[in-house]
Formats: sequence, structure tokens, C-alpha cells
Amino acid sequence: MAIERKFKIGKPILEVKNISLSFGGVKAITDTSFDVLEHEVRAIIGPNGAGKSSMLNCINGIYKPQQGTVSFKGKEIPNITPNLMAQMGLSRTFQNLALFKRMSVLDNILVGRKLHTKTNFLEVAFQLPKVKKEEKINRERSEEIISFLEIEDIKDTPVGKLPYGLQKKVELGRALATDSSVILLDEPMAGMNVEEKRDMCRFILKVNDELGTTMVLIEHDMGVVMDISDRVVVLDYGKVIGDGTPDEVRSNQKVIDAYLGVEH
Amino acid sequence: MMKPVFMTYTKNDLINLAVCMVLSVLVIPSFITTEYWYTSILIPWLCLALATIGQQIVMGYTGQLALGAAGFMAAGAFAMFNLILRVPDLGFVGSLIVSGLIAAAFGILFGLPSLKVRGIYLMVATLASQFFIIWMIDKFGWFKNYDSSGIITAQDIVILGKPFTTPLAMYFVCLAVTTVLTLLAMNMARGSTGRNWMAVRDMDIAAESMGVSLLRTKVQAFAISAFYCGVAGALFAFCYLKSLEPVAFDIKLSFKILFMCILGGLGTINGAFIGAAFILLFPVLLNAIGNNVFHGAIDATIISSIEQVIFGGLMIIFMIYEPLGMAKLWENIKQKWKTKFPTMNIKNLTSSIGKKS
Repeated sequence: MAIERKFKIGKPILEVKNISLSFGGVKAITDTSFDVLEHEVRAIIGPNGAGKSSMLNCINGIYKPQQGTVSFKGKEIPNITPNLMAQMGLSRTFQNLALFKRMSVLDNILVGRKLHTKTNFLEVAFQLPKVKKEEKINRERSEEIISFLEIEDIKDTPVGKLPYGLQKKVELGRALATDSSVILLDEPMAGMNVEEKRDMCRFILKVNDELGTTMVLIEHDMGVVMDISDRVVVLDYGKVIGDGTPDEVRSNQKVIDAYLGVEH
Repeated sequence: MMKPVFMTYTKNDLINLAVCMVLSVLVIPSFITTEYWYTSILIPWLCLALATIGQQIVMGYTGQLALGAAGFMAAGAFAMFNLILRVPDLGFVGSLIVSGLIAAAFGILFGLPSLKVRGIYLMVATLASQFFIIWMIDKFGWFKNYDSSGIITAQDIVILGKPFTTPLAMYFVCLAVTTVLTLLAMNMARGSTGRNWMAVRDMDIAAESMGVSLLRTKVQAFAISAFYCGVAGALFAFCYLKSLEPVAFDIKLSFKILFMCILGGLGTINGAFIGAAFILLFPVLLNAIGNNVFHGAIDATIISSIEQVIFGGLMIIFMIYEPLGMAKLWENIKQKWKTKFPTMNIKNLTSSIGKKS
């Protein structure tokens, strides 16, 4: 890429060391380590059941790995919970859409502003001036995100009534509203058609480029991944089988075997 | 969506509020003179609507299946009795607030299981509150001031030295409290507090990943819900029952409030009023039909059985066809009117008149 980046790729912001996770006797992840650099687009790829989503759930604190550590912003985090990671500046989207279905698009994105809301319920009940001020700021930021994602015309629609592709966009919007430094995207383009995929790629790159947000994404579509990511880590059966730039990964024999199969 | 003009209320809300206030403050008192309407319908309606708002907060907004509203109401009612008896300096309004807070403390205690269990299991866990509070009041004579009969009379309502003992005066007390608390509930529901509740209801893992604390949000909803139930219980005892006995707050009342909540429409504030009105007025209507159409040919016990059957049937019908209840039904009717008769809109009406002339 010849274009100069506004946010230069920096030091590691997220480090995963020797993570092992098993459910009963089933090993989902075995001794996996990789890192994510500041401001980069990092992809995690691998065949079905490779442990990609489990990996994100470990980083985000939904699963507790039996072994290994996660370091974020240079600090090792002993007791990870989703809430703690959100407070530290790590947001995410989910594979099977985890939107607030009965709330409008705007309200969904406003929930993403939770960590920028400091007023308590009594202040809200009496609508004190500082509540109004805070609400105004949060609404303005949410509207900004809505126009950034080009979804102005559906902002008052309940999310449950929207088609899949738009719901994925709203989920990205909600993650953006947190103003996090790292966003984990769990299959942001699953089930989309070519056009929607191209759109989503554009938004991911736009966010990364304009806001400098570090993106970690899981994706099946190899073509898409190779186009937009700076570095790719390949998982298979819960192990890292390749890590590097898209070109390096593409020529890695193990990766080719995992994806195309090997003759025995 | 309309922009709010005052607090979180839109222009339409304020018009509706004004209409309701005119109706309830001016029209009703000047047209309804029979005491029966105040003591048996309007006062319990306001009290139960308030308790239903409490149920809405925990069930409709936060999505926690709780069944113990009457227990919290009992806590509020007996707290009120003891506060007026033992701390007379607090005054009526002060006692009302403190009894709400006492009920809220119980709400926090019995809301804690919601962190570990959900759905129907939580419902069973919250039943404990219902039975525990009633048992506690029965067991310890102190709560009833060691009254041997088991039924104690509620003190007269005195606010700022003025007695409020006539049905009309008590109706105004209930109306004032209910209006203020409803407006506050609307602010919460539409503000960041309500968004957190609904986020927990719709998808708790995602809410947590956005920084919404499940512990704080759920316990907060239980506390606020119990506060509303406690205040409603105190009003219910002091303005409607006028005597206090724990049996009045049994599981049947909890179920009644649950039905009001579901029929009215989960996750709506106005649904609480619609649901409460329906559940209270429907038996009255059935009785009137029994007396006037069939001239008493149908036995009263059969009428009350018919009532149960119809309630049960309606619950099933609403759950299947309109889970958002009567409030949503009302919205739909309004929407249909607007599309059918667009000229009903004042703006269009004036413009069409302007064209003709």
C-alpha cells in the first residue's frame, strides 16, 4: 500500500500468551500465542471449529482459559471479565448478532456510550441539567456514528426488524460508540452478499484509517481477509499454524494443507 | 421520532398529560359523586397501577421474571404503619418515602438471586420474598404493634396538619403520588437508566461487553421496582383497605399485578394503567351484565368463575398474538385511525379548510 497511514502501526497493544482452553475433554485452544499491534488490522482465520471465536471470547473475558495470560496495553490482566475489558477500552461484536432486538438502532448505539455516562438513576429520574448535557453529547456522538455508517434512515427502527446485513452494521456502530482503542469483530461479514461484504470492508478500513482503531477480525472469506488485513494469524485445531503478512500466510504450506486438504 | 420539549417528554406526552390531569382533577371530581367509584375503583386503580409500574421496571424493562410484588407492597404498608406510629415527626410524605426505601432494601435482598438464576427459576426464587415478608409480619407481633386481633386499622392521613379522610381527598393523595412517580419512571425508562435495563433484558452478554454491569443494573431494577411497590402498598393500605392484615397481600395479589403487567403490555408505562383498569373494571362489568341483562339468574360464583376463565383465555391470546399487550393494541388503533382519516390531524384540517376558502 503506497498511501501513507495517518496512524502508524506501533507497539503491541494486545498480547495473548500460551492460552489453552478446553471444555471438559474437548480441547478448543492449545498453547496459542500471538500479538496485535496498535492501529493494525489483524485477522484470525481458520477452518470451522479451529477455535477462532473461543479465542475472542478468551480475550474478551467471556471464557476463562485454563492456562495462559492476556495482556492489554502492556498490563497482564489476571481476572478478565467482559465489563473490565470494556472499561479498559476493548469492545467487540458477536458472531450470531447480539443486538438489543426490541430497541431502536439509535438506542442500541447509545448503549455503547454507557462508559461515557456517569450520571446515576436518581439524576436521570429528575433529569438534572448534567444529565441533559451528558445525554446531548452521547446523542451527538451516536448520530455521528450513524451517519458515518450511512444508516441515518433506519435509526428509529427496532433492530429486530432489520435485515441481517444492516444488523451487522449496527453492531459495528455499537462497538464504535464505546470509543474503544481495540475492537474485536467476530465474523463481521458472515452471511453477507458480495456487495454488503465490500461495504463492510470499506467501513472497517475507514474506521481503522480515520480513528486509528485497532481491529481484530475473524473471517472465513480468504479473499477479503487478504485484502484488508495487515497481518493474519491462522488457527487449526486450536493451534497456530501460520502467522504473518497475507503474502507470507498464503505461501505457508501448512496453511495450504489445512485449507485445501492433504493427500494421505 | 419527536424531540422532547421538557425533560424527556415530547409535545404529545405533555398534551396527553394535560388531558389526563384535566380529566382526573376537574372532570372526575365534578361528575362522579358516588363514593363507591372513589373507594372501590379509582383509588385501588391508582395504587395497583403504581405497583404495576414497579413490576414493569423489573419484568418489562429489565426482563427479570419476578413474582413478589405483593410482598413488597406488604413491606411498604407495614413500614408505613410503624413509621407513623413510632416516628410521627416524619409526617405522611416522609413516611411514604421511607417505607418505599424499606421495601427497596427487601428488593435488593431478594433481587440478588437474579445474578445466578433466570427465567422461570428466578420466578420461583422471588416467590421467597412473597412468603418471607408475609411470614415475618405474621410471626413478629412488633410489626402489628402486638394487636391481638391480627387486623390493625391504618391511621388517618394527615399532611401538613390537614386531615385527608374523605374518599375524594384520599383520591387526590393517590393521584398526586402516582402522577409524580409515573413521570419519574418515564424519565428513567427513556434515559440512560432505561437503556441499561433494556440492554440487560435483550442480550445480557452484549450489555456486559459494552460496560453495563449486570449486578448493578439488575439489583438497581429490583430496588426501584420494590420502591414503587412499597409506596403503592402503603397507599393501598391507607387509602383503600384502611385496615392492615398480611393476608390482603397474598400471592393472589402478586398474580393480579403480574396479569396487569402482561395484559397492559410489557415494557410500557401507560400499559400499567391500562392493564390495571382492565383487571379492576372487568369483574365490575361482568357483575353489571349479570345483574342487568340476566337479572341475577346467573349465580355470583359462576360469574367469578367466568371471570377467571376469560382472564386466562385473554392471557393466552395476548401472549400469542400481541405480546406487547393492550398498550400496543391502542397504538395500532391510533395508527389505523390516522391512516384512515388523515384529515383528523389538526394540521391537515386547517390546511384543507384554508384551501376551500
